[in-house]
Amino acid sequence: MSKRVAIVGIGTTGFRATTPDVSYRELTYEAATKAYLEAGIEPKDVDAFVATSEDFLEGYSIADEYCPDQLGAVLKPIYSITGDVIHSLASAYMMILSGIGNIMVVQGLSKASNMLTLSDMVTFAMDPIYNRPLKESPHAVAGMEMARYMYETGTTREQIAKVVVKNKRNALTNDLAAHGVLIDLDYVLNSEVVSYPLTQMDISPHSDGAVVMVLAEEETAKALSKKPIWIRGIGWCSDTPGLETRNWGEAIYAQMAADMAYKMAGIRYPRKEINFAEINDEFSYKELQHLEAMRICKKGEAGPLTEIGGTEIGGEFPVNPSGGCLGVGNLFELNGGHTVLEVVRQLRGETGKNQLKNVTTGLAQSWRGVPTTTGTVAILSN
Amino acid sequence: MELTEKMVANSATKLSAEEILEGKVLSVKWEPKLKYAWDNGPAIGRYLAELKNGKIIGKKCDKCHRIMIPPRMFCELCWVPTGEWVYVKDTGIVNTWIIGHVDWKAKRLDIKGGVRPITLSIIEIDGASKGMGILHHLGEVDPWKIHRGMKVKAVWKPPEERTGSITDIKYFKPIK
Repeated sequence: MSKRVAIVGIGTTGFRATTPDVSYRELTYEAATKAYLEAGIEPKDVDAFVATSEDFLEGYSIADEYCPDQLGAVLKPIYSITGDVIHSLASAYMMILSGIGNIMVVQGLSKASNMLTLSDMVTFAMDPIYNRPLKESPHAVAGMEMARYMYETGTTREQIAKVVVKNKRNALTNDLAAHGVLIDLDYVLNSEVVSYPLTQMDISPHSDGAVVMVLAEEETAKALSKKPIWIRGIGWCSDTPGLETRNWGEAIYAQMAADMAYKMAGIRYPRKEINFAEINDEFSYKELQHLEAMRICKKGEAGPLTEIGGTEIGGEFPVNPSGGCLGVGNLFELNGGHTVLEVVRQLRGETGKNQLKNVTTGLAQSWRGVPTTTGTVAILSN
Repeated sequence: MELTEKMVANSATKLSAEEILEGKVLSVKWEPKLKYAWDNGPAIGRYLAELKNGKIIGKKCDKCHRIMIPPRMFCELCWVPTGEWVYVKDTGIVNTWIIGHVDWKAKRLDIKGGVRPITLSIIEIDGASKGMGILHHLGEVDPWKIHRGMKVKAVWKPPEERTGSITDIKYFKPIK
């Protein structure tokens, strides 16, 4: 049996549509201070840091270099992962397992409001030879995937709209969320079409915020925390980038990432052995597609389960009790940091009105967004 | 030979500059539109606002007692919030510098033709702690007479031309 690793401290600024009062430095500093305070450590106690940054999203070339100061990581081992925060979590986890140190810090940040040409930046992620000359909107990719997913599974427009209603309502009672609102199915169904069948309300608005977490090896974790949250499994996977060759109906990347995490955690029946999930719903249908990919629902069953309220806070298998990307906001590379944060808060019983009862194991999943086919999964237990 | 014939005929295809310029070589052009509006936050925000006033402001760490410019809301070494705002002088000394013969786009300057070399310097600002300073141009000085430890002073733009930017200081010039 290899070493066990736990999250012993987690800090966040919460999430807001804009944060004009602070720079990314103060944003991260606040999250880091809270995480270190909770873990009872100082930066000098940390063996290594893993930050998460995407140059084009930050607006800096080699944005990694701007990460140390606000983490207290000046002249300490640190590197950045260009990916999702759960990739960074995996990296820090592996460093502990490999004996590089006992205490690791993982950071993620979103200053999405500072990007003025977001649509162009996403288009810039498309293949320059095959795709960009066609000048399609980035949402075209999501629309096509949604259409294919609906065709293959028989999922209805109403079932998908229910995801939006649920997540926006959950966000209303989550103090950290920015986009909570009480709306009905008709409101979603009648919202402006962006890329049919995708409408405006199916798309997550973006948010700013930061999350910092402290990881520790078992003995250290028990000494530092009364409520360590154990990382039982972690996985990541990328499909081919080609828009022409990828699987448009199924999120295979999420399936493979989940299988990797399940194997590590010794989970055979995810629906029974996991109590709830915080998963990527950057576009409404993604919540259902991801649920099915990760074998929490059979193909075509996520829609009906959502329709009967099975994924509500009081449902049989709660999904995104925090409000997800639809209710909290799309945080880009921080999306996985947010899902981990919410699973940790649920497992510690700290989510107030959105608290689930008797939960011991949760799943945090993320996706790198359009046009990617990269997914990450972490299984956590209290 | 047409491009397709070339590609079929040879496993290694030699292309000339002319073929590229004449558009015979297949290519795709893309100019990314990357625009950002970074939130300054209280530290950088005040720093820039004070530059507009013709002043340089720093912030003090109450633990290590460093007076830091540009100011920051926390000390990155002591890991504590910083304390009071402190005005520093607009004079200092040259730490290190270059006599640049190429511009920032790597274009060679016609130095022999009379173009002034770029004289960029790290200036340790009087009143700030060691290692704290400003990266700026030096002016009103023979580039070859710049020396380590040379005393310099900011030359400011007229108040009406200042925008709250590091370029509100035109350059630093030598003083006795």
